[in-house]
Amino acid sequence: MLLAEPKHVVAPGELLAEGDHLLGDNAYRIGTQIFSACVGLFEVDGNRVTVVPLKGGYIPRVGDLVAGRVIDIGLSGWTVDIRSPYLAMLPASETPGPRGPRRRDLSTTFDVGDMMLSEVLAFDRTRDPLLTIKGPGLGKISTGRVVEISAAKIPRLIGRKGSMISMLKNETGCQITVGQNGIAFVWGKSPENERLAVEAIYMVEREAHTRGLTDRIREMIAKSNVVGEIARTQTA
Amino acid sequence: MPEPKQPEKLIDEKGLRIDGRRLDQLRPIKLEVGILDKADGSAYIEQGKNKILAAVYGPREAHPKHIALPERAVIRCRYHMAPFSVDERKSPAPSRREMELSKVIRESLEPVVLTELYPRTMIDLFVEILQSDGGSRCAGITAASLALADAGIPMREIVAACAVGKIEGKLALDLSDAEDKYGEADLPVALVPNSSIA
Repeated sequence: MLLAEPKHVVAPGELLAEGDHLLGDNAYRIGTQIFSACVGLFEVDGNRVTVVPLKGGYIPRVGDLVAGRVIDIGLSGWTVDIRSPYLAMLPASETPGPRGPRRRDLSTTFDVGDMMLSEVLAFDRTRDPLLTIKGPGLGKISTGRVVEISAAKIPRLIGRKGSMISMLKNETGCQITVGQNGIAFVWGKSPENERLAVEAIYMVEREAHTRGLTDRIREMIAKSNVVGEIARTQTA
Repeated sequence: MPEPKQPEKLIDEKGLRIDGRRLDQLRPIKLEVGILDKADGSAYIEQGKNKILAAVYGPREAHPKHIALPERAVIRCRYHMAPFSVDERKSPAPSRREMELSKVIRESLEPVVLTELYPRTMIDLFVEILQSDGGSRCAGITAASLALADAGIPMREIVAACAVGKIEGKLALDLSDAEDKYGEADLPVALVPNSSIA
């Protein structure tokens, strides 16, 4: 039996359901009652009750696509900031080039401050995450725009089956890659396209919890396109 | 500003207290969340003349490294009174009292936060008293738990706190500064409304 309204905001300690329900994320059970464990949207998926948090940091999961920034170079790899409480390691063995310590200058592959797109290779409660850049599309990112948003909003930015992100790509004409840790890269044909895509991403972050967001974003993009065209014809 | 004199009576003939409240009445409370940009979570509370800011940072990498625990996050708490928060300037250095209250606030919130979800990390909690009017530890706990919720940190419940005290032989709720000073007893209580983990 559901005791809270689905799709509505709930607070920690709020009674969500009672009886035979599966426990999803950010919910806990006392006896037969299920309570919320954070501020977020109450979601019901079949028999499973979950709370989708409105805020929160990034906790790595194996297989996640993450964007990171190199903060240190060691003997056999790089330390990478992936905007989580845990510092990630990218071992040299997970990059192309000769193996073994001191065989090459690691800073020629990644220097401190370089951005990369990588995948979480291994992570558990006891060890810091390991990254890999073996895979299509992974590796150093040296062009494009970096957009940082809250990691809690990433599922909304991608949308159900990627609906939001594919709409953004189509409408702005930009190539967008989203890391699960809240960093997105945007490559566009022109700075205006990129600016529009960045603006749209920030709008998703601000209004992630509202309904009909995809349509409103499409409208916003269409409107600013008109504005852009008027500006262009006037200057021409 | 001179120290306010001891009032002749804490309860008048009508049974009202010096600020006009009945014995079982709280002071007016105002709460706000998310008022600090740089903090992961923040809250502001006004309870009577108390004005308190709470900020939460984390879960983040534990520094210094040796305080990290392998099975859960550590919570650090700092309760601090601004030098201008009381009548006589308070030294900004942490006093004995502040250190104890930091510990008390931390221990009142630790059981509700699901720290086991973030091993080897640290959650920093700052409670800054901007203006003090008695019962600031309780208001601080309320604000701090709101700030934790605002930071999106998983927790069992939001903690609420209030003091009960004895003035002129009668029990009274939410003591003000004068009632605390000239009354007979003060018992701060923090609790979670519906689970039994208090």
